[in-house]
Amino acid sequence: MSSYQYRHYPYRRPTELDGKGKRRPVVIVGAGLAGPTLALALAVRGVASVLLDEDDTVSNGSRSICQAKHSLETWDRFGIAQRMVDKGITWEQGEVYLHDKPIYHFNLAPEPGHKFPAFVNLQQYYVEEYLFDRCLAEKLIDLRFRHKVVGVRPDSGGVSLDVETPDGRYTLDADWLVACDGVRSAVRHLLDLPFPGEVFHDQFLIADIRFTSELPKERRFWFYPSFHPTNSVLLHRQADNVLRVDFQLGRDADPEEEKKPENVDRRLRQMFGPDATWEHEWSSVYTFTCRMMERFVQGRVIFAGDAAHVVSPFGARGGNAAVADVDNLAWKLVRVLAGTSPASLLESYCSERRAAAHENTLNSTRSTDFITPKFPASRAFRDATLALAREFPFARSLVNSGRLSVPTVQPGSSIDTPDGDTDWLRGPTPGMAMVDAPVANGRGGFLVDHVGPDFTLIAFAARPVDLPELPAGMAGVMVAREGAPPSGWTALLDRDGLVRQRYDGRAGTAYLIRPDRYVAARWRRPDARELAAALRRATGHG
Amino acid sequence: MADAATGALRRTLNLRRPDEVYNAIIDAHRDLNDDQCRAFDAGLILLLANHVGDADVIGEALAAARLSLNGGSRAG
Repeated sequence: MSSYQYRHYPYRRPTELDGKGKRRPVVIVGAGLAGPTLALALAVRGVASVLLDEDDTVSNGSRSICQAKHSLETWDRFGIAQRMVDKGITWEQGEVYLHDKPIYHFNLAPEPGHKFPAFVNLQQYYVEEYLFDRCLAEKLIDLRFRHKVVGVRPDSGGVSLDVETPDGRYTLDADWLVACDGVRSAVRHLLDLPFPGEVFHDQFLIADIRFTSELPKERRFWFYPSFHPTNSVLLHRQADNVLRVDFQLGRDADPEEEKKPENVDRRLRQMFGPDATWEHEWSSVYTFTCRMMERFVQGRVIFAGDAAHVVSPFGARGGNAAVADVDNLAWKLVRVLAGTSPASLLESYCSERRAAAHENTLNSTRSTDFITPKFPASRAFRDATLALAREFPFARSLVNSGRLSVPTVQPGSSIDTPDGDTDWLRGPTPGMAMVDAPVANGRGGFLVDHVGPDFTLIAFAARPVDLPELPAGMAGVMVAREGAPPSGWTALLDRDGLVRQRYDGRAGTAYLIRPDRYVAARWRRPDARELAAALRRATGHG
Repeated sequence: MADAATGALRRTLNLRRPDEVYNAIIDAHRDLNDDQCRAFDAGLILLLANHVGDADVIGEALAAARLSLNGGSRAG
């Protein structure tokens, strides 16, 4: 049915079955979006991992299709983001319709000068393929297909895993186990850990179809269209001329009936008219839940992505949150393994990413309540909002067809240093993601290219001699008009003045950027003592 | 509920012709059935909430409006 050629990756007999096993610093369970991203984020920092997957191929179906800017920036560090941009559909605009008339148009990236767009639509199987390719080329990653975890035994100093393969069962010992094994996490079940949350009963039909005629690039969302008059419909383009059509079916629909190709075709025919032609790629009827674990770190077992938290699909907050989870985790785990940070640093992974999961749940639940009102007054306000939207601009802003994923804000984290200076007009505060801007020097065109896998200080200076002294473990990026950079610093030319503008940068201003591209601290004129204190705090020594 | 002296919601008259405004609201509902009233009021509340703008005022009004559910008694 699918035009995508599913490759079956080779199973290899593990050395453990021949008595040659050794203890591993990190074992990752689950090769979806989070697992391979984590393995790569560890590898670029020199840490080896074993990545286990019970299957031998990529995602069955397109699933998570909207890859957000922050995820692309993460994958760019492994050199695979451009491949995704090239293959995918770049989109920034969306249109919302009531009945058959447009009522609201949005643009997610109103400002120029960012390396990556707000979103690239690319089927999850392509993203996983590119991640697998990169993992298989990486010596520090031992990617094992058809290795199924059937037992987990944590102790104070690590975890023992029982793994089943076509050649039999073996035991794998690890210092740390990271469960990236999805909403039905085997590791979570084996440890009998609760996954509390809310179950939603509205049903949705996804039909991925390959289309031959001209396709819209923007996201389209209909409330009460004439081709599906009782509910809503979402249309989104993917790579290979594939369209994602998502029909809201309501609570009482029969999923087996709805999935039948002739019934899917009848709905599509009403939508696209008598002349359209298409081929089916993938269909699925889904409901969803919003759930979150109480703790993402349970001794030596760490949970990330859907294994730790799930939300409704409205807003592209599942896959992108999973990538942000492991981006947050990787550098902390590396430091804990190296002994340069205490294990308590991982508590900040739990608190920061739980705060992010809360924000994602709140946004996605609000979208869900707007799209599927739960009681009559809720529907009355929703319909009033839609009715007013054409005439009144304020009501357009209330129309909630999915608040699309942007980096979550992690305010008040114990490892960030709160603002001391009070005269900031703009710029990301501690707990917010850094903002990209164009720059010029020999190496690349954007600020995100110059933020390394460790801590980076972005400092604005009139002259190099005005720069603060860098503590050990911090790279410096100098945004200056002239002068050669001192040792340990990279000089960047603020080509369009946008770095200064976006960071409210004045002579002396400095931002400390964490390895996950979040702001740890910022100052108008820091001294060496303040820099060292912020770095100590950010690395769990505060 | 916020204290009357410090709350943001206006408690004293702010209408120059109160009877006219009150009756205009009633008249606007006169030919509507219950479902239409609910739709109409939803639109009206959204328009006025946006005009007011202040989330604290709206929050106080949401709490105060519960008084209309039980004849002005704060209990229940």
